[in-house]
Amino acid sequence: MKIQCASLSDLMKWPNKNWEILVFLVLVLAPWFQPALAGGLGGQITSVLIICTAALGLNVMVGFTGLLHLGIASFFGLGGLFLAILTVPMNPLEIGFLPAVFVSVSVTAAIGTLLGSPTLRLRGEYLAIVTLGFGEVVRVLFLNLENVTGGTQGLGPIPPPGSGIFVSGIDLGREFVVDSRWFYYLSLIVLFVVVLLVRILEKSALGRAWIAVREEPLAAATIGISATKVRLSAFTIAAAIAGLAGCLSVASIGTTGDPNAFGFNRSVAILCAVIIGGLGSIPGTLVGVTILFGFDIVVIPWVDSWMQRIQGQLFDVSFFTLGSWRLALVGIALIVVMRFRPVGLIPSRRFAAEFQESQQ
Amino acid sequence: MDVASFLEQCGIGITSGGFLGLIAVGYTLVYGTVGLIHFAHGDVVMLGGCLSLAILSFLVPLPVDPLTGCLIVVLAATCSGLFCGCMNVCIDQFVYRPLRNAPPLSPLVSTIGVSFVLMNVGLVWIGPTDRAFPEIFLESTRLIGGVPVAMADFLVLVIIVPPVFCLYILLRQTRFGRSLRSIAAITRATARSGEAGKLVIATFFISGFLGGVASVAAGVHATTINYQMGHQMGLYAITAAVLGGIGSVPGAIVGGLIVGLIRAISVALLGPRWAITSVFLVLIIFLAFRPQGIFGKSKTRGGQR
Repeated sequence: MKIQCASLSDLMKWPNKNWEILVFLVLVLAPWFQPALAGGLGGQITSVLIICTAALGLNVMVGFTGLLHLGIASFFGLGGLFLAILTVPMNPLEIGFLPAVFVSVSVTAAIGTLLGSPTLRLRGEYLAIVTLGFGEVVRVLFLNLENVTGGTQGLGPIPPPGSGIFVSGIDLGREFVVDSRWFYYLSLIVLFVVVLLVRILEKSALGRAWIAVREEPLAAATIGISATKVRLSAFTIAAAIAGLAGCLSVASIGTTGDPNAFGFNRSVAILCAVIIGGLGSIPGTLVGVTILFGFDIVVIPWVDSWMQRIQGQLFDVSFFTLGSWRLALVGIALIVVMRFRPVGLIPSRRFAAEFQESQQ
Repeated sequence: MDVASFLEQCGIGITSGGFLGLIAVGYTLVYGTVGLIHFAHGDVVMLGGCLSLAILSFLVPLPVDPLTGCLIVVLAATCSGLFCGCMNVCIDQFVYRPLRNAPPLSPLVSTIGVSFVLMNVGLVWIGPTDRAFPEIFLESTRLIGGVPVAMADFLVLVIIVPPVFCLYILLRQTRFGRSLRSIAAITRATARSGEAGKLVIATFFISGFLGGVASVAAGVHATTINYQMGHQMGLYAITAAVLGGIGSVPGAIVGGLIVGLIRAISVALLGPRWAITSVFLVLIIFLAFRPQGIFGKSKTRGGQR
């Protein structure tokens, strides 16, 4: 396969270091100039960062290894649930935040491996449906095993990270509760670390094996790559990263919340974000999530509250909210992006080149 | 659980399995011709349910005698079927056709987008809450051979058996059916050529029509509909299609019946909240042993993707 610069990737020299540093600096510095970004809106922006992390995990599976996964949100939920079980005061364990994150990520990864091992010989669509089914099973278990998971109420309150640790007389846990910028930065750091990790993995022998197995399973097998092992590793890593994101998410909210948030809809939304961003492309994934979820959980509530104020002044009643057409707007956006950029907004160079080649 | 109630649950399972099978045929036909999991299909079915709700509430404000009731419901099912068929064709022509050459996962995102849009239309059409399907019959159950048979279940059979029969004739006995099966058997590339274009339109129409008919059966069976109904039934129907071996029409119907039976029995034994869990657990365990489903070919086109 020839990897020459297709006109598409010429147009968007995204993997350009300057851009990345600029975006990162803006994200780091923004809360200092505009505290509201991390404060009032910060909760939502933090969630977008956390979902970006989970989406990177999904990208390992769908983008690099080419396995369709429709249940990523369930691993997100499992990670959060284990963190909650290990830390909430009503359970006897109550271990610290970092060990709890470590344990819950390991357990989530193990569950991913367990689900992966019997199902990896399934073909694409069958595997997709099995992961979909697994996601629904997890959601229903969350709802029904009330004494473990708290049912629809969720499990809480989860003590904030660093509670009980004093740094020069300041309780870190209290700081996390009082100032939401702490979570903003924590999520940003985790996202940054995961981006680095995924990038290193992509360049490593394992990452090249993922791509080899995606492109030509047979050829990969002839040079001694075990497709099953390679796929299983992708499954495990995706589960672990999603679990880590889940830990952050429940810790920042303080409870596991409604299990329906870990269902099929969330999984599919993350998958759509990865695909419209561009499969197998890290900046693409980040942009996809930022656009889709940023629109959904940041822009729509903001526009609605703004419109309510305007309408309140003009007509004294609110006629129309974007919220009630939220689904349709997101749906139309997905259709339009796929219609005009079927390879995604910022495709990886390999993917774009392949697409160009297949068109000729 | 004694024998009588077991039989009753089986009856419920078979009727609900029947319409799940019809929806599953929609998934399987579309997958067979264009190689796409049509996630919006469940929501097309839901909109068909909304239309039939409107028709039935208009025509049957009060319960009527069985014969008139059946006729009216068949009329509603036909209307809803035509509506869904046309809608499906439009969706394909405007949304999926431009993406025939796109990377394999891109049309999938479009189907999800369409699904969101349709769900929103349903939300605006019938509102966020459950809407009751009108009572059609004066008497709700009748004794047939000592077993009480719910008239609603009987009606569901009246609606779904003829389409299944017609589908069988269409696929097995006509030239059209042969070409449809052959295009499913060869490659997806044929779906782009001229003659195949008509077949794709026909496939989407048939799949939508069956879905529309099934939506009426689902409404009569469940007695309520809501805008998330398509999502729920879509999941069950995809499971049925995969269980039967995706791409295989008899597989979809058999898969639908199996899913319906598992669901009904687990509702009776464990309670409704475990229904979806048992269905998916059976699916996962079954696929671990037979990865291609009941009627699926072990090595089909496309290979590993």
